[in-house]
Amino acid sequence: MSSLVLILLTGIGLGALYFLVASGLSLIYGLMHVLNFAHGAFLTLSAFVGWQVAQALGTGSWGSFLASILVGAVVGAVFATVTELVLIRPLYERHIEQVLVTVGLSFAAVALFEGIWGTDAINISGPVWLRGTTEVLGAKIPNTYWVLMVAAAIVLAALVLFLRKTRYGMIIRAGVENRAMVTALGIDVRRSFTLVFAIGGAAAGIGGVLAMHYSTFVSAHLGSTLLIFAFIVTVIGGLGSLAGAAIASVLVAVLQQFANFYLDGTGDFIVVALLAVVLLVRPRGLLGRAA
Amino acid sequence: MTAHTAAPPPILTVANLSASIAGQQVVEDVSFEVPATGITAVLGRNGVGKTSTLRAILGLIHRRGVVTLAGERIDGLPTHRIVQRGVGYVPEDRDVFAKLTVAENLALAERDRNPHREFVAALFPDLVARRNQMAGTLSGGQQQMVSVARALLNENRILLVDEPTKGLAPRIVGEVADALAEAAKVVPILLVEQNLDVVRRLAADAVVIAGGRVVHTGRAADILADDALTTRLLGVSGEVHT
Repeated sequence: MSSLVLILLTGIGLGALYFLVASGLSLIYGLMHVLNFAHGAFLTLSAFVGWQVAQALGTGSWGSFLASILVGAVVGAVFATVTELVLIRPLYERHIEQVLVTVGLSFAAVALFEGIWGTDAINISGPVWLRGTTEVLGAKIPNTYWVLMVAAAIVLAALVLFLRKTRYGMIIRAGVENRAMVTALGIDVRRSFTLVFAIGGAAAGIGGVLAMHYSTFVSAHLGSTLLIFAFIVTVIGGLGSLAGAAIASVLVAVLQQFANFYLDGTGDFIVVALLAVVLLVRPRGLLGRAA
Repeated sequence: MTAHTAAPPPILTVANLSASIAGQQVVEDVSFEVPATGITAVLGRNGVGKTSTLRAILGLIHRRGVVTLAGERIDGLPTHRIVQRGVGYVPEDRDVFAKLTVAENLALAERDRNPHREFVAALFPDLVARRNQMAGTLSGGQQQMVSVARALLNENRILLVDEPTKGLAPRIVGEVADALAEAAKVVPILLVEQNLDVVRRLAADAVVIAGGRVVHTGRAADILADDALTTRLLGVSGEVHT
């Protein structure tokens, strides 16, 4: 029983991390039809800068932990905004070139991060509580998972509120359905592109700082490792569907944890197999729109 | 000495407009003018480039040529700027945002500081009652009303209306035509329409397109009265349906 609870809750926690990365990917694809391969770079830079902020303020305090998350969100948002304005916008409506430029940026960013922070992973530390566990029905759940769940829940609630209650949220929802019609109502949809990139970058930034605490290290490849799973949950959830990304994040991570525990560490393989099955049986994903 | 009242200049002028989609030419050297009042119909057989002409005017597809709105060139502007200059658009197939409510669809269309909410509510009371309903769950006629209402919310200088009665039940066709007739009292309309009864009722002037080119212009009534002409250019008889 305790094993089941452990696998389930750590799966949900890991899914929360996937969602933090995948939410931005999904929004960006939904509105702009750009598969953003540079999303991992937003995450990695946020983690590095967040770590430096935490170090400057004293890594053991909750204040520095929260400050590093906040700074990570800002760094992710700024990096994403600059990327959209400088690299994506000049290639408006040229989707293949947009994808290629994000691939190029992801490679260049990793090389740059290795040049600045070195090629070795840097071990990090945080508040002592994060290294402890909390017992639930006999299962000792590492506390980082609770933080991931709370952070993902806050980000999900904030995104839903933004999309439902603001005019820009309405424009983004409409743009996901029919971008041309949004422009035909006199709305400059490109402003929403920048905003969506910024929001996605902020979520990835939060994810980056928390991924660093989850892994207990930060390296130039932190983002690229997570990006693969974020893409998988984005596709399984349905490209462009935030709700789909949230559901798929939890499904994929729980399945991954169960497979790792009961099927000799085959979690990654099972997840890729699931992706293949979804692409064959339901190419639009769980909640994606029919082509 | 007789006083002559000069006709007002056209609100929209299209000169040598060509357009292509995915490299294929869909509009070829189209030129016509839209008077500053009333409804001008764009007629032609299916697939001759009527919808593409409207989309080219709006910049929704790649185009060349000169388009002026009240004497001001708009062909170099992006779509949202053209619309902001006062060009309302009612697309073919309605294009309502299915996952947004009726109220959200309308709110999204509001550009002006004082949108014509009362006018639209009076014209389409059904939409007021259904304001919290998802637009995707409306009937075709109701979706068309949302689409027309979006264009009427703002102070436009012209409306481009594309096949507003397509696929609608006869009773709803009448309601949509009534709404367009009401709208035309305050704003000129360029109307693509296959239903010749609606054209006969609403349009003063007409432009006939064939093979991506303008092949005839004139009074709508005159064109529709010429049975040989309508049969040749539109593929249907212009006889009145009773």
